[in-house]
Amino acid sequence: MDSKIVTTPGSARQPSLRGTEEPPFVKWLLIAIALGFCFVFLLLPLANVFAQALAKGWVYCANALAAPDSLAAIRLTVLVAAISVPLNVLFGLAAAWAIAKFEFPAKSLLITLIDLPFSISPVVAGLIFVILFGLQGYLGPWLEAHDLKIIFAVPGLVLATVFVTFPFVARELIPVMQATGSEQEQAALTLGANGWQTFWHVTLPSVKWGLLYGIILCNARAMGEFGAVSVLSGHIAGQTDTMPLRVEKLYNEYDAPAAFALSSLLVLLALFTLAIKIWMEWRQGRRLIR
Amino acid sequence: MSIELRNVTKRFGDVLAVKGVSFSVKEGELMALLGPSGGGKTTVLRMIAGLELPTSGDLFIGGHRVNDVSVQRRNIGFVFQNYALFKNMNVSNNVAFGLKIKKWRRADIQARVAELLRLFGLEGLDRRYPHQLSGGQRQRVAIARALASKPSVLLLDEPFGAVDAKIREELREWLVTLHHDLNVTTLFVTHDQEEALEVSNRIVIFSGGILEQVGTPREVYEQPANEFVARFIGAMNVLELEVHNGAARAGELEFPSNGMSEGQKLRIGFRPYAVQISSDLSQYRYHALLRHTFFLGVLLRVELELPSGLTIRARMTKEEYAHQALEDGREVSFQIRQYRVLSKESAPLPPEREASYPAPPVIAENI
Repeated sequence: MDSKIVTTPGSARQPSLRGTEEPPFVKWLLIAIALGFCFVFLLLPLANVFAQALAKGWVYCANALAAPDSLAAIRLTVLVAAISVPLNVLFGLAAAWAIAKFEFPAKSLLITLIDLPFSISPVVAGLIFVILFGLQGYLGPWLEAHDLKIIFAVPGLVLATVFVTFPFVARELIPVMQATGSEQEQAALTLGANGWQTFWHVTLPSVKWGLLYGIILCNARAMGEFGAVSVLSGHIAGQTDTMPLRVEKLYNEYDAPAAFALSSLLVLLALFTLAIKIWMEWRQGRRLIR
Repeated sequence: MSIELRNVTKRFGDVLAVKGVSFSVKEGELMALLGPSGGGKTTVLRMIAGLELPTSGDLFIGGHRVNDVSVQRRNIGFVFQNYALFKNMNVSNNVAFGLKIKKWRRADIQARVAELLRLFGLEGLDRRYPHQLSGGQRQRVAIARALASKPSVLLLDEPFGAVDAKIREELREWLVTLHHDLNVTTLFVTHDQEEALEVSNRIVIFSGGILEQVGTPREVYEQPANEFVARFIGAMNVLELEVHNGAARAGELEFPSNGMSEGQKLRIGFRPYAVQISSDLSQYRYHALLRHTFFLGVLLRVELELPSGLTIRARMTKEEYAHQALEDGREVSFQIRQYRVLSKESAPLPPEREASYPAPPVIAENI
């Protein structure tokens, strides 16, 4: 990675060979601004999360995490992610397959629609489901009559999370699948493989890294989602509070160290995601060089 | 097994890619599907494989109608233009893929893969991945993979397109040897007439979705069925003539009018080897300036410029050139030994083909 940024030794002192090259101080100034910005607005707050979490010591932090409501929030977050990530993997594979391998009239519309959750405010996304499934909503009375609970219950949280994380897997897979083309699949067909065997032995292995990356991003967002989930949750402690909601509640109750203790778990998830991303990009780069 | 197409048509939306084509490939034959790009050759190949379905017409493999047989069950070997090797599998897994799908016994698979790798000169490469192979090696892996489960026919789409010229030469010879050894019915697509002439037993010539001619390399070269074939196979000088004073003329060149009336036009063609040149100006009727000599190895290509400005291309051996003491800028005499009437005004060519192959007063192609 380093080699991309390294400039010729001594280039700062020698007169520039290229007329378009900026004077050295501009370069260093820009680098300093970029690094300084990252430090103040990204790294410092991140470090502060851990500092605040440990403000009252290890024991307090551990107790805050072990509190029944916090444990319930962690369990619920994992449950919601465990349901919505696989759903979006299925959807992402289907959508990417359709877009990469077929030509159909509404293709560009579908691509735009996949991106919709990126551009819409999560709160609005939550409200959409309230209008659909809430007591005063279109389907509310029917759901009530059949004793089905969606709003202020786990299904609502899953719906909101699926909606918000909709684009991640599909977005990662579409370019990979388009690059691979369909010749390998056709080759598998001529060798006698059926559709499922072709998908399993040929398509999936060729997109596995893109898919894995999509899953990891999707998971990070699913666990960290606040806005849409907040609208649909109803904030019942120990029942419908996910980790981000629990963090907010603790903070509003002036229990900052506990709020930060739970936050630090989310930050760890983010760092873990970042580490995997870097590792995968490094691996990808090595494959290209080989 | 034999392959037969009866009146096969393929339509993509508004485009007729293949128009009522019928031909057959005999058992054990090595046949070329030749034509310019976009002529429908690959579509025909893909229909035989079952990767495309014909809009109408019937397909037979080994005498059985296969229109309704799925690609998986047609028992064909298909080699894609860019080989389409499985990138995530090594060479032996690529070759073994079809055998695993067809549930061969493990020991049989191992034996078959080893046999193919030996036959194809790929020993020692079994653990390599496609990106670690050269173009020629990739092509051999692709053919080995296609042949692994002993298909009844082998179909190759532009098999020599993706490798450089020198390796292409070797691969051609290798394909002929392989076909000789295995004797599997083989049909390959190419846009390179030289390749088709050199490799195949018989050639099917396509253009614009229409079958122009089927024949041995010799037949299509010496007895082209129409102007397109004549101009596509081998090099050809083409002249536009007009009947004037009882003879068909272009510049100072005269040809018998064969009873055509005054003012009628016709087009003739002659091969560069049909032009005989002499440094003795009294030997032949026409005179020209030797403008340029192109060295092609044993043969030389010579460009003649007539006083009227017409240009004619001729071909001769190095020895003859030296014997005549020819050189650039020299005045020579020449005659045209044989020619062929390509078209007469009374029977015009279909307009779309005239448009795609315009005929300037004199042209010579791919000499």
